[in-house]
Amino acid sequence: MREKAILEIRNLVLRMSGRSILDDLSMGFARHRVHAVIGPNGAGKSTLACAIMGLSDYRRYEGSILFKGEPVDELPVDQRARRGMTMAWQEPARYEGLSVERFILSGAAKKSKETVREVLEQVGLDPARYGGRAVDKTLSGGERKRVELASILAMRPLLVIMDEPDSGIDMDALARIFDALEFLKANGSTVLLITHSVAVLERADHGFLMCDGKLICEGGVEKIRRYYANKCMPCDHPNEPHSDFGERAGDE
Amino acid sequence: MSDEHGEMIRRLYASIGEACVIEPNVAHVEVHGNRVLGLHLVDGLKVEADETDDGISARVRVEPGRVIETPVRICFGLLPERGVQRIKMDVDIAEGGRVAVLASCTFPNAVQILHTMDADIRVGKDAQYLYLERHVHGKSGGVTIVPKARVILEEGARFRTDFELIRGLVGDIDIDYHAVCGPRSVLEMAARVSGAGDDRIKIREEATLEGEAARGVLTTNVAVRERARAEIFNTLLATAPYARGHVDCKEIIQGEAQARATPIVDVRHPKAHVTHEAAIGSVDSKQLETLMAHGLTEEEATELIIEGLLSPSL
Repeated sequence: MREKAILEIRNLVLRMSGRSILDDLSMGFARHRVHAVIGPNGAGKSTLACAIMGLSDYRRYEGSILFKGEPVDELPVDQRARRGMTMAWQEPARYEGLSVERFILSGAAKKSKETVREVLEQVGLDPARYGGRAVDKTLSGGERKRVELASILAMRPLLVIMDEPDSGIDMDALARIFDALEFLKANGSTVLLITHSVAVLERADHGFLMCDGKLICEGGVEKIRRYYANKCMPCDHPNEPHSDFGERAGDE
Repeated sequence: MSDEHGEMIRRLYASIGEACVIEPNVAHVEVHGNRVLGLHLVDGLKVEADETDDGISARVRVEPGRVIETPVRICFGLLPERGVQRIKMDVDIAEGGRVAVLASCTFPNAVQILHTMDADIRVGKDAQYLYLERHVHGKSGGVTIVPKARVILEEGARFRTDFELIRGLVGDIDIDYHAVCGPRSVLEMAARVSGAGDDRIKIREEATLEGEAARGVLTTNVAVRERARAEIFNTLLATAPYARGHVDCKEIIQGEAQARATPIVDVRHPKAHVTHEAAIGSVDSKQLETLMAHGLTEEEATELIIEGLLSPSL
C-alpha cells in the first residue's frame, strides 16, 4: 500500500504537557480510498488529524508527514491545503455575518453560484434557503456540518480528513454525509475518517485502530471492527489496551 | 434644481460609489454642508429643512397610519477637506406609520471635518422606524463624527438602527444613543465599525426597557488594527415585567490596537430578563484555521472573518 500512499506518517511523536499524545505512529494511506482511524476517546485520533493538517498547536511533532511523497512538516495549514489536503472539524466553526455562499466559495475550485447550488444540493440543503444565511449560531450543528462538507466538495481536494463526521447529526444528515463520501471517492479524493463509531468505520475501505496514541492494528474493515468491538471497548483502561492486544491485532 | 446643485448631488453619490439615479417614488434628501441640494417627498412623509450657519435643522414626520413603501434615501456630506456640518433632526413617526431610511454620510476628502448629528426620535404607538446609516470616509482619517440620538418608543413601536463605518479611516467617532422603550416595543440598536491607523472609536448605547414586555438588543461589532483604540459602553436597564434584552459586543483587535468593552446589565424587576455577551481578542484560531484549510492565507482568512463580523445582519 505504501508505494501508492498519498499520505504517509513516519514515526510521529507528539507530546503535550509532558505527555505523549501520539506515540511513534507510522501509517500509510493509499490514494482514492476511504480510510478510517478508529479508537476510544483519548486515543489521539483527533490529535493525529490536527497534526496532519498542520494546525498551529499541533506542529511541534517529531517524525515526518509526507503528502504526495513530499514532507509537509514545515508547512502551515494554508500551504498544506493548497497542496490538496483539507479537513472537516468535529464541531465546525461559526462565523458571524459570513454567508454560506461566501464560506463555500472561499476555497472552491470553481467560484460560481452554480458550484454553490450543486454542493448544497449534494449535502441535502436547499440553496435558495441556505445560500444567504450566515454560518453562525442560527444554523444547527448538523446544518453547519453539512455546510462545511459542501465547502469541501467545492474544493475538489485530493485528501479530506473528516473528524467524527457523525457527531451531533441526525440520520438523514448522516446518510447525506455518507453519500458525499462516495462522491468524493468517485471523484478521486482520498478520505480519512476519524471516528469512534463502528457505523462510520464500516463506510471505509481500510482501517486503523488507535489507542493511547499508538497504532494497535490496521487492515480490512472487518478485522478492525472485530477487534474494536470485541477487545477494545471492554478494556478496563481504554487508553491502555491489554498487554496481548498488539499480538492479537496481528491475527486475522 | 440648479445645474450646480445637480452636479454636487452627483458628486456626493459618486463618492459613495453610487449613481445618482433615484426613482420618482423614492423620497430623498441631499445635504452638502449647510445646503439642502435636493428634497423630494412622497405622500405621507413630510420633511422641513432649514439651513443654519453650519448645517441644517430638519423635522421629519410620517403621518398616522401611513406606510412609506420604498426606503427614503438621505445623503449628508462634505466634499472639501475642511469644514463643519451640524445636523439637527426631529423625527416623529406617528401612530401606525412606517418608514425605512437609508442614510449615507460621506466625507471622502476629509482632513479636518467635524460632523455632528443630534437627533430626537419619537416612534409612536405601533409605528415602525428603520434607520440605516452608512459612513464613507477618506484615507486620511481627518474627520470627527459625533452622532447623538434620544429615542422614545411608544407602545408596540419598533425601531431598528444600524450604524456602519467600514469604508475609509474612522478618524474620531463618539456615538451616543439612548432609547426609552414603552410596552411591547422592540428596539434593535447596532453599530459596526472598522478602525485602523490612529482612529479613536467610542460607542455608547443605552436603553431603558420601562414598558411591560419591551424588548431590546444592543449589538456592537468592532474591528481595530494598527494603533486604533475602541471603547464600547453598552447599558441595558430593565424595569418592567417581562422585559427582555440582550447586549452583544464583539471586538477583534490586531497589531497594537486596543479595545475595551463595558457591558452593563441592570435589571430592576424580578420578571425581567437581560443577558449579555462580550468578546474581545484576536481572530478566533478555529475560525482562522478552518478558512486556512480552504487554502486562504492567514491574512485572507482574517479579512474574511472581519468582513463577516462587520457585515449587516443576514
